[in-house]
Amino acid sequence: MCLSIPSKVVKIDKEKATAVVDTMGVQREVGIDFIENEVKIGDYVLIHIGFAMNIISEEEALASIETYKEILALMDKEERQKAILEGDRCDGGGSA
Amino acid sequence: MNLTLKNLYDDFRDPKTIRALAELIHQESEGLERPVNIMEVCGGHTHTIMKYGLKQLLPEKIRFIHGPGCPVCIMPKERIDHAYILARQPDVILVTLGDMIKVPGSRGSLQQARSEGADVRFVYSPLDALKIARENPGKSVIFFAIGFETTTPMTAALIRRAEDLGVKNLLYHINHVTVPEVMRELIDSRDEHIDSYNNRIDAFIGPSHVSVIAGAKIYREFPERYGRPVVVSGFEPVDVMEGVLMLVRQFTQGRRELEIQYKRSVTMEGNLAAQRQIDEVFEKRGLFKWRGLGNIPHSALKLLEAYAHLDAEKVYAEILPVEEIEDHKLCICGDILRGMAEPTECQVFGTACTPSKPLGSCMVSSEGACAAYYKYGDLLK
Repeated sequence: MCLSIPSKVVKIDKEKATAVVDTMGVQREVGIDFIENEVKIGDYVLIHIGFAMNIISEEEALASIETYKEILALMDKEERQKAILEGDRCDGGGSA
Repeated sequence: MNLTLKNLYDDFRDPKTIRALAELIHQESEGLERPVNIMEVCGGHTHTIMKYGLKQLLPEKIRFIHGPGCPVCIMPKERIDHAYILARQPDVILVTLGDMIKVPGSRGSLQQARSEGADVRFVYSPLDALKIARENPGKSVIFFAIGFETTTPMTAALIRRAEDLGVKNLLYHINHVTVPEVMRELIDSRDEHIDSYNNRIDAFIGPSHVSVIAGAKIYREFPERYGRPVVVSGFEPVDVMEGVLMLVRQFTQGRRELEIQYKRSVTMEGNLAAQRQIDEVFEKRGLFKWRGLGNIPHSALKLLEAYAHLDAEKVYAEILPVEEIEDHKLCICGDILRGMAEPTECQVFGTACTPSKPLGSCMVSSEGACAAYYKYGDLLK
């Protein structure tokens, strides 16, 4: 399922073109190769198989995080982790 | 769109919103002169339609035709055999995305290759392949790249990063495919049979993720040249329903246009940085065989000549067979991918062919139409 949970940027490594993002408490490193504008700490981004694809507004991010919280609340811990980690894989790791 | 509903971001899955949209679609479709067949190109949309029972909410005049947008489902056995053969080389680590695990080739799946001792690793992100290559300098690490426009830039970024870091032991087997060419093929091949099938594709719901990268512009030809409207939609049930409503309105108002429902992250132009990176490493392939659909011109990508030394297909050409392989005789995945048949019309559906023992590729990936019908099919009873 394509969840696209907004993730918050917590650390940036310009040299490596990567950022550490926090997706509802799960932290991971993602590529920032495709962000046209400069990404800043505190920005919300949408991730797709290991890469940040675009920056979204905080308002939008918080609104959809609320929705996802409700969905995730219905899952057990393992399912939740999986949903957060795999939710951005919609194409061969998800769909077209 | 002037929906008199509260902000759609708030409740992508709110049953009330979904039902309200269904009601609007019912009202709007009263003005339709004939039924409208909408192909949802992408497996992610098929999954949403089945999971939330959207088919049952729509008037009879509106029908979904499930399309081939599932990169695992359309992967022909020949290519899976390549992965299998490469993985079995003693000095090779084969890296790919998780969905490829169970897909049966003619010799077996990658899962089987692994149980026979091959070093196959399934990763979340293509960048993991870089890490594996650096940790295993004595091995050839081959990244078996799959996916539509959505995952292509990630492979391009991986290639560029490996180059920047001077990593020499990472090769690529490229199976990236493109959406518009297969849509064109589906229209052309079906229009020839229109009298016999009587289920013309009237309109398309385009997947939003592809257009996040490639832009909505890639679909311009469909309304302009083929008279088929396209609405690029998100994957949540509310998005899909709104996409359907927009399409129905086009028909009742006599328009044939390209529209974007998923304005949250899709633009007409797409992500230009990603498009640039793709063009720096890939070019169109002359032909690519799609499982069940046959050879489709220019529907896939390959590495540019400058990267021939990293192209596993060229480097390992001696051991990789090129002859074509027939699909399983009983499997009608090809017809399903063409939108000519429903999964339930297959005689092995749910009996000899299940998600745990798939005969054909439509059952392998959770994105496949058969897998979605198997999982959520009881909604139909």
